Amino acid sequence: MSVLVNKDSKIIVQGFTGKEGGFHAGQMIDYGTNVVGGVTPGKGGQEHLGKPVFNSVDEAVQKAGADTSIIFVPPRFAGDAVMEAAEAGIKVIICITEGIPVQDMVKVKAYIEKFDCTLIGPNCPGVITPEEAKVGIMPGFVFKKGRIGIVSKSGTLTYEAADQIVKAGLGISTAIGIGGDPIVGTPTREAVKLLMEDPETDAIVMIGEIGGNYEALAAEYISSTGNKKPVVGFIAGQTAPAGRTMGHAGAIVGGEDDTAEAKMRIMGEHGIHVVQSPAEIGETMLKALGK
Amino acid sequence: MNLHEYQGKELLASYGVAIQRGKIAHTVEEAVQAFKDIQSETGSEMAVVKAQIHAGGRGKGGGVKLAKNMDELKEHAGNILGMMLKTPQTPGGMDGAGKLVRKILVAEDTYAPDFDACKEYYISILMDRGMKQNVIIYSTEGGMDIEAVAEETPELVHKEYIDPHLGLLGFQSRKIAFNLGLEGKAFKEMTKFIAKLYAAFVGSDASLFEINPCLHTADDRILAVDSKVSLDENALFRHPELAELRDTDEEDPTEVEAQSYGLNFVNLDGNVGCMVNGAGLAMATMDIIKLSGGSPANFLDVGGTADAARVEQAFRIILRDENVKAILINIFGGIVRCDRVAQGVVDAYKNIGDINVPIIVRLQGTNADIAKTIIDESGLEVHSAILLKEAADLVKKVVA
Repeated sequence: MSVLVNKDSKIIVQGFTGKEGGFHAGQMIDYGTNVVGGVTPGKGGQEHLGKPVFNSVDEAVQKAGADTSIIFVPPRFAGDAVMEAAEAGIKVIICITEGIPVQDMVKVKAYIEKFDCTLIGPNCPGVITPEEAKVGIMPGFVFKKGRIGIVSKSGTLTYEAADQIVKAGLGISTAIGIGGDPIVGTPTREAVKLLMEDPETDAIVMIGEIGGNYEALAAEYISSTGNKKPVVGFIAGQTAPAGRTMGHAGAIVGGEDDTAEAKMRIMGEHGIHVVQSPAEIGETMLKALGK
Repeated sequence: MNLHEYQGKELLASYGVAIQRGKIAHTVEEAVQAFKDIQSETGSEMAVVKAQIHAGGRGKGGGVKLAKNMDELKEHAGNILGMMLKTPQTPGGMDGAGKLVRKILVAEDTYAPDFDACKEYYISILMDRGMKQNVIIYSTEGGMDIEAVAEETPELVHKEYIDPHLGLLGFQSRKIAFNLGLEGKAFKEMTKFIAKLYAAFVGSDASLFEINPCLHTADDRILAVDSKVSLDENALFRHPELAELRDTDEEDPTEVEAQSYGLNFVNLDGNVGCMVNGAGLAMATMDIIKLSGGSPANFLDVGGTADAARVEQAFRIILRDENVKAILINIFGGIVRCDRVAQGVVDAYKNIGDINVPIIVRLQGTNADIAKTIIDESGLEVHSAILLKEAADLVKKVVA
């Protein structure tokens, strides 16, 4: 058992022969991820990185039994790529693409609801289950195997958290980068829920940012479960001014409830071990585990 | 991307939304001509002179004036053009420096002939992140600060969510018009107004429309008297004509320059500059600066391909700020190799020459050890760290 991706996942890469998709597909294969092929419309029948190229996701599902897809398609076509994957029967869709128009994501989100699939991202680093599958752009060596799950809106901050967890003598079960856009497929609460229900995860690191209410909803969910697993939380952007977008399209303080202070207070009230400094994630996790 | 009021109105009008008509002017002479044109085109005796800057609350700072005749028009145009307009939304608020007014909108007086018979409404459209749907927010309490209305009389603020599959439905427009208390001709006008407004919102990939006030005139027309329009920058590839409406005069010049180098930069007023890869880590680094006793001078995400040239540009931009007393570089190398960033720092340091502020470099991830050696052996006065905690302690020492 693990969350979302494991050694048995049959993974395809949408945007396989593009510069970015090709580079990261190579890195994923080197990591040992079970990449069964890729999709580039019009290049079906060719081979790339020693794997077959298909014309459509449907063909990849039929011929290679694909059940997971990672998307590197440019922003203007990425929404379509997500919907194609959902319609073809892909179960886990991980969209790395940054810069998808918000109105496209409104439609994508509504369309994929009728399919049995989970969308991670867009604008995310992907998902990694160490020693099994790296389905993303994260540096694999940082993530040593262990029993701590990570849910994060941010890429490099996820690596930072993983590094601190590993340096504290622990390891990672699965790390999920949910993405920093205003609309993402799997918000914090749903990602945390996956890890809460995962028998191979003992504790969770939850990293958020200013903007939106994902962390507050996750905190309410966590305390409602009776919270058997310790959760360490951090919100980036305590010093971000209101009304300015901080890099991620979703990172903007709109109201009183989406400031870092408000989110941290809500998380604390729901029993989460909130760290003020992102440098203290590792040691706080050790304490939370009673080590 | 924010539009000026007049640009927003032109966008609305192109979708058939009724607007308060006006002409843009950059000089008093142009304003005089605009007034004549408006008078002959609309029959409006008077005109409103409105400062065009990217900030709300313009009336509070004297940026919106009614001219009853040509003499008053000249006077108001002369006063407003070139003024440093302070509003609650300009940097520093009413106590700040304000924003330079470079152009004015000379607009018809839509409240004539019977000011008291007019009614002002509030209408906005945006994407609700929680519901993942577009929502139309509206109220009978127009012309005021809608946040205050929502706080004091929440029952007067209504929301209508739009199904992403179906779009705005006919009964929804009617519901809005009914809830605003309209009947007869004004009711019909409002349903048309709402339908066209929503079509404009979707058609232009907007992230915010705010029409405040939306005016119900004495003769039962419905007009957008003001417009606040923000467009989704990620969708501008679909709207090259809208992308051209960007007014970089309204933006921070340093931020505009940084953008041209592929740097995501936001100016802040602290004393410790920072250079980071990734937006989340950049915000977290700003937080660390604060917790260490400093205050962040900027947000800066150098992106996933931080090469030596970019590092140097970033350095130059940060160093231009005289308040900067120290710089913290925080890179978590994944795909980015730390040794390359370290070399970039060393090169930039040598190229720029006189860097007089202490620099703390924290490089972690791919080739972090080699990077530390490069920094340590460069002979430069750079404090290097590998752990985030060490970097935080160094900031503390430097700002103390």
